[in-house]
Amino acid sequence: MRDEATFRVKAGLAEMLKGGVIMDVVDAEQAKVAEDAGACAVMALERVPADIRRDGGVARMSDPAMIRKIQQAVTIPVMAKARIGHFAEARVLEALEVDYIDESEVLTPADEANHIDKAPFKVPFVCGATNLGEALRRIGEGAAMIRSKGEAGTGDIVEAVRHLRTITAEVRRIGTLDEAALATAAKELGAPLDLVRETAGAGRLPVVMFCAGGIATPADAALVMHLGAEGVFVGSGIFKSEDPAQRAAAVVEATTHYQDWDRVLKASEGLGAAMRSLEARKLDESQVLSSRGW
Amino acid sequence: MSVAGEATPERAPRVGVLALQGGFEAHRRMLERLGADVRDVRVPEHLAGLGGLVVPGGESTTMMLGIEREGLAGPLRAFAAERPVFGTCAGLIVLDREHVGIMDVRAERNAFGRQTHSFEEDLDLDLGVGRDGGPVRAVFIRAPWIAEHGPGVEILASVAGHGVAAREGHALVVSFHPELSGETRLHERFLRDVRAAGGD
Repeated sequence: MRDEATFRVKAGLAEMLKGGVIMDVVDAEQAKVAEDAGACAVMALERVPADIRRDGGVARMSDPAMIRKIQQAVTIPVMAKARIGHFAEARVLEALEVDYIDESEVLTPADEANHIDKAPFKVPFVCGATNLGEALRRIGEGAAMIRSKGEAGTGDIVEAVRHLRTITAEVRRIGTLDEAALATAAKELGAPLDLVRETAGAGRLPVVMFCAGGIATPADAALVMHLGAEGVFVGSGIFKSEDPAQRAAAVVEATTHYQDWDRVLKASEGLGAAMRSLEARKLDESQVLSSRGW
Repeated sequence: MSVAGEATPERAPRVGVLALQGGFEAHRRMLERLGADVRDVRVPEHLAGLGGLVVPGGESTTMMLGIEREGLAGPLRAFAAERPVFGTCAGLIVLDREHVGIMDVRAERNAFGRQTHSFEEDLDLDLGVGRDGGPVRAVFIRAPWIAEHGPGVEILASVAGHGVAAREGHALVVSFHPELSGETRLHERFLRDVRAAGGD
């Protein structure tokens, strides 16, 4: 008998993306550049985070016609973003048969109290997290993949490092706890006890964790892989740089060979200018994306 | 699962998992559970001293670009002429006649459709591993099927009339993911082939 859209099938696609780079693209041409550079998936969106910051206004799901063109242009998985809590946008993206939905703080939240109930969907979801409790709450709602949030559209890696280090340190900490203390940890984390137990036992999140938000160079990618990311999302970092095709291939190479510093060196050479950056610490509070969602 | 006692050999076979991108860690975990000494393979030199190689699932386009970048296609063909190779999902595509060319099959990519059509089901598969234990729980994720194959290829299982498992000599391919469902029998079979080929 056939079972479609089991959690294993949803989380399994994330397993297949591991060790890879998922790139933001705004049209079919960029999607092709990303695929030819070795991206393991593309994130289809109308504006990359750096432009969303610049333009202001409400950032919504992209025009399905534009996503469809990208689906036709490449054979690698195509992901797309829905607003936090906007289950109707998510249903539209599911009907479009995107391969993964990112319930993303980069778009303007539609619901300030609730995230999407993700378990009933056939399409899998990836969600951002800044700490372990947030990651496990999203998994509890049905997310099949987690990405550390970082601070999208800045080209500043500092928040991504903070979030990754926080999550991996918390995973290590709960691994030392006995059953009574795990119940207390679940309360403190605001996370389901069964997922806290599972994470503590396995010494890792129950799903694949990528890093996002601020990766601009091959060395950034190597850094976060060493800090426990199992792959990377690069948003504005590729197509807001001087030579996107070359930088895209270099980030892919550094992600594969992150343990070999000679290869990261080689990937880092002669790439031209990185994206125009913003220091995350100097952002006005209203400009901080990673505090969206709970 | 009580597989360790049965599968642990006198001496652990040393096998590689192609680790350019994809589901290589799940294969590593399963092979280690079965008593193998597992190495990641990212460049041709990593193939030295290996008794067999797993080519995991992942994105075949990404993996083929990596194989090209690292100059791995020739070394992989030379390796497969001597040693057992086991490909899953994208690994089946990588090994087919239109890519690295280790097996005389042609894989149809994403043959079952996009991710929302991914599924799992029970498959009857003659594994020849000495204990039947019922059907294989097969997890298909944006999976390929075997659209064509040469006369030397034995199709081991099909879904809707399309081959999803095959062997040719000591190369074995499946379009699903035994490493994700805790299904150890295919990996056991691979390790048995590695030992039979004298590799460690």
